[in-house]
Amino acid sequence: MRHTAGMLEIRDLALSVSINGKAVEAVSAVSLKLEPGRILGLVGESGCGKSLTAQSMLRLGEYQGVQRTAGDILLDGQSIFSMQDEVLRRVRGGKVAMIFQEPMTALNPVFSIGSQLTEVIRLHLLLDKAQAKARALSLLADVGLQDAEVLLRQYPDALSGGMRQRVLIAMAMAADPDYIIADEPTTALDVSVQKRIIALLRGLQRERGLGLMLVTHDFGLVAEMCDDVAVMYAGQIVEAGSVKAIFDQPAHPYTRALMGCRPEVSETGGALPVIPGQVPAPGHWSHGCRFSARCSLATDECNAPVAPEAWSDAQHVARCIHVPEVL
Amino acid sequence: MSSDPVLKVRGLDKVFHAGGMFRAIGKDKRAVAEVSFDLHAGETLAIVGESGSGKSTTARLVMRLLSATSGQIYWNDTDVTSLSAGALRPMRRHIQMVFQDPFASLNPRMKVWQSVAEGLRVHQPGMSTKARRDQVAETMQLCGLDESGMDRYPHQFSGGQRQRIGIARALIVEPKVLVLDEPVSALDVSVQAQILNLLKDIQEKRGLAYLFISHDLSVVRHIADRIAVMFGGRVVEHGDAADVFASPHHPYTQALLQARPISHPDERVTLTEPMGADEGLADTGCAFKPRCAYAKEDCAGFDNRLGEGGYACLHPLNLSKHA
Repeated sequence: MRHTAGMLEIRDLALSVSINGKAVEAVSAVSLKLEPGRILGLVGESGCGKSLTAQSMLRLGEYQGVQRTAGDILLDGQSIFSMQDEVLRRVRGGKVAMIFQEPMTALNPVFSIGSQLTEVIRLHLLLDKAQAKARALSLLADVGLQDAEVLLRQYPDALSGGMRQRVLIAMAMAADPDYIIADEPTTALDVSVQKRIIALLRGLQRERGLGLMLVTHDFGLVAEMCDDVAVMYAGQIVEAGSVKAIFDQPAHPYTRALMGCRPEVSETGGALPVIPGQVPAPGHWSHGCRFSARCSLATDECNAPVAPEAWSDAQHVARCIHVPEVL
Repeated sequence: MSSDPVLKVRGLDKVFHAGGMFRAIGKDKRAVAEVSFDLHAGETLAIVGESGSGKSTTARLVMRLLSATSGQIYWNDTDVTSLSAGALRPMRRHIQMVFQDPFASLNPRMKVWQSVAEGLRVHQPGMSTKARRDQVAETMQLCGLDESGMDRYPHQFSGGQRQRIGIARALIVEPKVLVLDEPVSALDVSVQAQILNLLKDIQEKRGLAYLFISHDLSVVRHIADRIAVMFGGRVVEHGDAADVFASPHHPYTQALLQARPISHPDERVTLTEPMGADEGLADTGCAFKPRCAYAKEDCAGFDNRLGEGGYACLHPLNLSKHA
């Protein structure tokens, strides 16, 4: 294991997106800590702002009109918003790497695996061609791909989804990063392949003491991998804590409802529990609890703003005033 | 089951020929081999397997979107295997399909009611616009959609609502069979639950038969009466859903069941990597042999046929419970 100091920390971050030319808040006062050697799961439905938050950690949203309106993101104590472009380029893929959801679209179809992989290596590690190739071969072996020599000459279309995801993981590992942000890394894969990718990520994370952030809507994946969990709803963190606490005793009604929808935990035959309605779009959020419109416990008091730590115990916190009634 | 099957498939085979400029170097691919099953009114048969197992090809064959290389497909009692497109057209209202991606399967330039009414245009061309709109409204309601959305465009709907539109579109011609190709795998878990409930509800109301294609065993366990597990183009296990889940006979079925997501962190096990990672199929003998933990010498000579017990394996698991 390698010695790493510090952490990747989001502090009270607010982001706005552009909708019909108007800036609308899409992420509100989100705080998260990604520490070396730990796996943090960021969970929620589509449209909750979890991918937006993840992408902002490398300032990737800026190209699509996402703006920071408040808060900060600190990499080992330094604000990434104060970084020069040149520095930021080295951080991206260098200190902090990203794995995207779609292994089918994240690789360029007209370049060979070898050229795409060695490009990353040479850019970050300033190696010559032969050294970069040697490193590429060892990375491909690390992610469990055989016949690496042959693979380097192949193009993405010759690879299965699972193999492509392994190549993307190898690419993320190329510059020996301290942190990896993985956005739905297994969603597009078959179940049996999913398990293998999970095992691979877990192994690499432990071996190298990485801080891994996993963005997902799948509680199965969270149960399988994470140490800490943050649940997002409508741009806010509504519950955060250790994985065991959140599975043993989910506190926020949204977390409870989302966990209850999973077919793997329900009885066969009957109707599955559902959450009525859908996630409100940015710009349509209530001033009080944003989940109240879909919540079976909602009362008039829920119309007033709810503090992020309205309820807490030793292991976790929840943004809800009715938690004592359900526990 | 007492009634005659609404869909019957016998010895279905599909070979894709390597063609075009790669004819000389290409290899033919047998995507589906000797697949047989019956589907009765009111029941759900799930076909499960991983990418490349032939499950989607099977769906397209029974829909007659692809032509079978050999074997027979019956809709009710009619052999439709080699009917011409023209002869098939009036019969297509018997069997309809719902696709995986609700974003790609609706025409973005058509209003929702026009998309839903497409089937009526073909099958009841004499119908007035008013009557058509009424029927669209009724079908949309059945699918949990507000009829006020009729004149909107697909992009104004969420993924779950679009999937409801896709289901309404299939139901409008009152089919007997619905082929559902991964209908919930592109959806959030909360929306997935809504759609699964809707499908069950509609099945009860209309006595529909579902052919449900999926790689997600948790979903399948919830919705299926019977399961056919496909591997390498063949059905390797076929049986009552509860039995297959409780005591799988084929090692591949067991491997699939073990790969299901866990529901609590306490269930974590140390996964070893690679567990026969990304192995291919064997060309001769049992296709699953390269990945099988129970493979023995004689598996190399296996003919891959589905036996009386509902499994295609020389060394089946969990037999004692059923003997």
